[in-house]
Amino acid sequence: MRAPLGTTGLILNEPLLWERGRPGRRGASLPAADVPPSPMDPELCGDGPDFPDLSEVDLVRHFTRLSTWNYGVDTGFYPLGSCTMKYNPKTHERQAALKGFAAAHPLLPAPLCQGALQLIWELERDLAAITGMDAVSLQPAAGAHGELTGMLVIHAHHQHQGHQRSKIIIPDTAHGTNPASAALCGYRPVAVASGPEGVLEPSAIAAVMDEETAGIMVTNPNTLGLFETHIREIAAIVHDKGGLVYADGANLNAVMGIVDMGAIGVDVIHLNLHKTFATPHGGGGPGSGPICVRRRLEPYLPVPRVAKAGERFHLEADRPLSIGRMGAFHGHFGVMVKAYSYIRSMGADGLRRASELAVLNANYVKERLKKDFHLAYDRPCMHECVFSDADQAPFKVTTLDMAKRLMDYGFHPPTIYFPLVVHGAIMIEPTETESKADLDCFVAAMQAIAEEARTEPETVHSAPHRTKVRRLDEVLAARKPCLIG
Amino acid sequence: MKEIDALNLPEDVRYAEDHEWLRPSEDAARIGISDYAQDQLGDIVYVELPAVGRRLTKGEEFGTVESVKAVSSLYMPVGGEVTAVNEQLAEAPELVNTDPYGQGWMIEVKVTDVAEVAALMDRAAYLKALGG
Repeated sequence: MRAPLGTTGLILNEPLLWERGRPGRRGASLPAADVPPSPMDPELCGDGPDFPDLSEVDLVRHFTRLSTWNYGVDTGFYPLGSCTMKYNPKTHERQAALKGFAAAHPLLPAPLCQGALQLIWELERDLAAITGMDAVSLQPAAGAHGELTGMLVIHAHHQHQGHQRSKIIIPDTAHGTNPASAALCGYRPVAVASGPEGVLEPSAIAAVMDEETAGIMVTNPNTLGLFETHIREIAAIVHDKGGLVYADGANLNAVMGIVDMGAIGVDVIHLNLHKTFATPHGGGGPGSGPICVRRRLEPYLPVPRVAKAGERFHLEADRPLSIGRMGAFHGHFGVMVKAYSYIRSMGADGLRRASELAVLNANYVKERLKKDFHLAYDRPCMHECVFSDADQAPFKVTTLDMAKRLMDYGFHPPTIYFPLVVHGAIMIEPTETESKADLDCFVAAMQAIAEEARTEPETVHSAPHRTKVRRLDEVLAARKPCLIG
Repeated sequence: MKEIDALNLPEDVRYAEDHEWLRPSEDAARIGISDYAQDQLGDIVYVELPAVGRRLTKGEEFGTVESVKAVSSLYMPVGGEVTAVNEQLAEAPELVNTDPYGQGWMIEVKVTDVAEVAALMDRAAYLKALGG
């Protein structure tokens, strides 16, 4: 029996640096000037920025205290659905910090950065092998940028065919950024509802696909955590009308080395190295959103491309059909080193095993919790499962209440109110990181909350109780945001 | 969340499947969202409305409504030209929650085809559609 995770302790308050500082404090004492002053050009003089005066210890305590308020995957379970918050092995940081990578200037001529170019070249081929695609660009900065790059490639393809199209099909189980990425390319999103099983039905696609439609953006596995079982038939319908299939690969963690995206009809897929390939998210980022394409779309990929001649690597920019540059230099290179490190340390069998365990963990949580929480689609899931608050509605306890209460038990809340197709969604993605013992702790916490909802709903309504700050006024924050200190 | 029988569903407006209401009028029919819709969305924090003069067809999106939970699209219950929008909602989006059929109205339209108004649900039909 383990002690419960959630507890209270000495959590220190910490003011803003401006409130902590005192005029005259500084980090280092400079000796008195022993040379005559030399006046500066008055045009360069004026009031400096409003920075507080601080000693070194002020600054160190400030940020150290703030760091103790943080919660990350290094602290504990982080089941944020659709975000793949898997553990990021520390060895990746070591490889990324190797001087030849970390200190390489992005403007080094190719002969002086052969190792960096080789890593890009090899990572492109590894990602192609994992997805079953033919060519890869590592330029996109993160997921939505990858979507935009992929849609620009599709746009360039239709332009080159001589007939630009005006629409794009987007299912209601796609990721939220998909319509925006397509709209930036001038395509009008056409929404399609998923069928009663939570997956797309070919007839629904056939009904809207025409020669004015550029293609479909499908997230597979979709945001319900379900594999689109009719994807081949759907791809055939889209291809028959000259359209292309864009796959949002944010959920690739369920199918690494298992699904051959090329063989199921995908023309472009983006990946999130910061999800599937174990590089840090958010504040620990940045991200990286490579796109993988079929051979016929390779000419449209962003330039410059890393190419290999004999044993030497060089950059190629002379590709007339290319959509051009998508960012400065070569993309987020440090992230690429970490993803490469992950792929090479896992190996092909290890990656496949990681996906299998991610799916197993999600199904374990789904089966253990489905008696206590309403399961939107009761069928085998992929890497995540989606519950709702329907069973708690009679007690007036909502998804938000339960997410807040989960913090009292020492867990990061799951994704809530997404996907939109499930009312009051609770979207749990455990990833392969968690052991059965940790999953059991989480399940026990969720079951305890379900019991509280029945017997003492007020405890759940007023949660969190053990956190440093209690429930925030999200409504006031959204209606009257205070954007300055 | 309200029980179905606790919903405020006035008789003087007509309802669309997407939970918008329309108060019929010769040249300026007001449109908003129903008590059911505002209750489901929760606290509304932002309402985006179209420019006056825009012509929209039935089913077309005329704006979005944002709550702490999500952003939802607003759909035209009938086709028409937008003749006015409720400027007050920019400063006070909560009016949609507190007075959905009064001060929380969203747009005023000159209806293109009155038959589309007749095709909307009355209170009884809407209540039935909600499962009440």
